[in-house]
Amino acid sequence: MDQVMPKGHFGQFGGQYVAETLMPALAELEGALDQAMADNSFREEFRALLADYVGRPTPLTLASRLSGELGINLYLKREDLCHTGAHKINNTLGQVLLAKRMGKKRIIAETGAGQHGVATATAAALMGFECIVYMGEEDVKRQAPNVERMHLLGAEVVPVTSGSRTLKDAMNEAIRQWVTHVDTTFYIIGSVAGPHPYPAMVREFQRVIGDETKAQCIAKLGKLPEAIIACIGGGSNAMGIFTAFLDDPVELVAVEAEGEGYDTGKHAAAIRAGKVGVLHGQKSYLLQDDDGQVIEAHSVSAGLDYPGVGPQVAYLAESGRLTVMSVTDDEALKAFHRLALAEGILPALESSHALAVIDQVAKRLKPGSDVVLNLSGRGDKDLATVLSIIEEGGGR
Amino acid sequence: MSRFETLKELVAGGGKLLVPFFTGCYPDGDTFVELLLAAQSAGADALEVGIPFSDPSADGPIIQAASQKTLEAGTTVDSIMACVKRARERGLALPLLYMTYYNPILHRGGEKFSREAIASGADGVLVVDLPPEEAEEFAPIARANGLDTIFLIAPTTPEERYPLVLSRCSGFLYVVSVTGVTGGKEAAVDTVGAMTGKLKDMTDLPVLAGFGVNNAASAKAISTAADGVIVGSAIMKLVGEAGPADAPAKVAAFIQGLRAALDG
Repeated sequence: MDQVMPKGHFGQFGGQYVAETLMPALAELEGALDQAMADNSFREEFRALLADYVGRPTPLTLASRLSGELGINLYLKREDLCHTGAHKINNTLGQVLLAKRMGKKRIIAETGAGQHGVATATAAALMGFECIVYMGEEDVKRQAPNVERMHLLGAEVVPVTSGSRTLKDAMNEAIRQWVTHVDTTFYIIGSVAGPHPYPAMVREFQRVIGDETKAQCIAKLGKLPEAIIACIGGGSNAMGIFTAFLDDPVELVAVEAEGEGYDTGKHAAAIRAGKVGVLHGQKSYLLQDDDGQVIEAHSVSAGLDYPGVGPQVAYLAESGRLTVMSVTDDEALKAFHRLALAEGILPALESSHALAVIDQVAKRLKPGSDVVLNLSGRGDKDLATVLSIIEEGGGR
Repeated sequence: MSRFETLKELVAGGGKLLVPFFTGCYPDGDTFVELLLAAQSAGADALEVGIPFSDPSADGPIIQAASQKTLEAGTTVDSIMACVKRARERGLALPLLYMTYYNPILHRGGEKFSREAIASGADGVLVVDLPPEEAEEFAPIARANGLDTIFLIAPTTPEERYPLVLSRCSGFLYVVSVTGVTGGKEAAVDTVGAMTGKLKDMTDLPVLAGFGVNNAASAKAISTAADGVIVGSAIMKLVGEAGPADAPAKVAAFIQGLRAALDG
């Protein structure tokens, strides 16, 4: 199942839906990426950073108490132990290395929860780049600690006041700034989304998660797992862990954010509820109204609060390769507490979505099956959200 | 025959073309119709009507704000087309194109959109986030229904891409006069001249320059390097400031000023 079809399409999805001004920049990026990936010294530099700076390989931890309850063996791929606390850093280091190679002077990025912003600011600081992060004004208020982290890392955080003032609007503004300063600026997209070659590039920088998982499973279990579970917003942690297993007989479970519930309309379930559309340079499933205007997504997890999904994820879902499930805010919060109490790990609210389907998945599998869950980030960043929900009497 | 054919004659006669842009149904449907008619009376040669999108990533703050306000007021593709139809019924004779993003078209279906656009009295369409590579499906459908398909050439476009863009383009060619979004940087005559110089022998389509043409002086300057200018943000700023009652007269005066500068 090869991943990039002509012109960066995945079946009907993907493509390069951008203004003419950016088409040459995408061609330049694609050329530089192909060269870099074929260059051993680039790959070695990237590998060394992942090992010595990020702390890879991340462990594959058996969640023993939960496994006992579930009657399966549940393994956690510990991306929460990456430097900066989530898998996002894998990709930003790859892209900053590429920016350096291309001779760009400044880095820009969009961020929702701030995790990708922090990972970008970190990589930019490490390699001495000027860094500007666009963030919806609403998110700047909701995610104040991450804004401070970015400031401490030397990045400028620009609040975006247009549209719904959230992630999608931050991405619009980043695209506008990229158009305006395209010669000097490298735009780091944080998910497997955007115009080609971004979805394929981000997947390649994140696939280390699945490559490691495969090797660890073979070493520990002597076989592949029966299933792998990951949450999807845009899909970077999911494609990161799934890619190595696409041609293997392993069930791949992708979990969307159902927010307050599918029927309320306040959710982020783009695959389940979206229609094929074009946003941010890609064709994919998109939450939209009857006139083709984008509908704001909703999720307690800021990292899943996006109205679209990466084009390869859409393609794999349409082709039936993925089992797509969805989880409400409440279910994700229960899973958050469950992992904290059973295993001593505070998961990110994004990763809590993946955990929330574990009972259903376990029930379908034979007892003793091996399941890997991508624990894409740690939950410290979500403490304020979780505590305020507990105060209101919910969540546990 | 498309009304855009008339532009070629105007250019052949030595005229410089003036194309104002209006966000659909902004500030409201009735005023929008009056604005189109006022622009015609004031000396415009063609009109560009923006069908707003919730995520206008190629637009600067002024057109973003107009798009957001008109969407919040309930504007739809249907309501804009109905207003254009009304303007036609009241004597609007100029060539008119819709400028939009691809998602509203994709959602409606390219065939249906094209048929309805023609029925509303439009002559062309420009889809800002649909480069020629992605237009293989939509552009032939639009053309088969009688809509001209206008494409962009930007300062960053390498000359090797010009034939591809031109192969998809009809009606006129839109040259983006700045590396940026609408209404941002001031258009630079050298930048435009560098593009139009190369294009001169490649196409007989009128070549119009837009993005950053903000006043009579810049319109005059840019028109020395192109067959005419498209003015968007400056007009929408005026509409926003004037309010519904005064906007048509104020916009007409502004367009008359542009006309005089281009003809002078």
